[in-house]
Amino acid sequence: MIFAFDFIILIFMVVAAIISLKVKDLLSASMIFGIYGFLICLLWAEMGAVDVAFTEAAVGAGVSTVLLIATVYNTKRKSSD
Amino acid sequence: MLSKVFATIAVVITGGLLLFGVYDFPSFGDPNSPPNAGAEGGGESVSQYFITHTYKDTKVPNLVTAVLADYRGYDTMFETVVVFAAGIAIFCIMRVVGNANDPRQKKEREGMHSFTYGDHNRIIIGTTCRVIVPIIQLFGLYVIAHGHYSPGGGFQGGVLLGASFILLALSSDLNSALKRFSEYNYFKLAAVGILIYAGFGLTSQFLGENFLDYGVLQPLLFTDGPEMARSHSMLGVEIGVAFTVMAIMFSIYANLASQGTLKDGL
Repeated sequence: MIFAFDFIILIFMVVAAIISLKVKDLLSASMIFGIYGFLICLLWAEMGAVDVAFTEAAVGAGVSTVLLIATVYNTKRKSSD
Repeated sequence: MLSKVFATIAVVITGGLLLFGVYDFPSFGDPNSPPNAGAEGGGESVSQYFITHTYKDTKVPNLVTAVLADYRGYDTMFETVVVFAAGIAIFCIMRVVGNANDPRQKKEREGMHSFTYGDHNRIIIGTTCRVIVPIIQLFGLYVIAHGHYSPGGGFQGGVLLGASFILLALSSDLNSALKRFSEYNYFKLAAVGILIYAGFGLTSQFLGENFLDYGVLQPLLFTDGPEMARSHSMLGVEIGVAFTVMAIMFSIYANLASQGTLKDGL
């Protein structure tokens, strides 16, 4: 484990998580959620859990972002709360 | 407003229960906890057992795949069933309950799109995706087949294969992707995937061993020993998982992108 690398990724992860909750535009929220997925994938790859990182890259960052965007496309784009 | 209060209560209760469950865990880095020190009475610890015995038992170098598909086969089988159930649930909500052909809903939907329709015949995007889709599928097959030796396996490979169909639907349109992989076919494939997995388990049960105890399949697979039978059965099981995950990923996308109509989606 490299402390500086972990630290930077964790900070970015928290920032991405908070932004994706707070942002009003749902399309941006799902994109930032994808960024969050990639960051956690990097973290797992760095910890040596390559299988989990691979799954996260494929499912969490890839397909689930597409599914969220497909859903946003069929609903309203602005969040009401 | 009231729904928010109820949602907060539900979240607090669930979070409290989870924290209560975590309270029972051994503390972090505790050398005397069962995973580190083994069972009471001096037994070997679980992680140590997997590290020392996996290659001897199964001839699979990738420990994670061996644990997922063999030692913890039940878990993976029902994970696949969960994926299948999620696909069926979305199918039911979007396609059956949603009743997309209801004229009132249709009218409502027309004013809803805040996106502009893109030009679906863009030459550069279409050509690039047509070139890239077979490469993604080949990589997906490699990930499934090579899951024993390198990171990967049924879930990742299945998602990659499903993503290649989703890319096809994104680059041209949903209909041309559905022409290659129709609704009837993907649900059939999803069910076949689980049946392959359960079939390996039931066959070993018929041959007189426990459910999903692959070593006994040796005479059916014509391998040198029970170790290689376990290795080959793991590959078979991963193929089943990949079928289900691929089909369900595409079905979820197709239903969500077109509001259950399976026509002109994203």
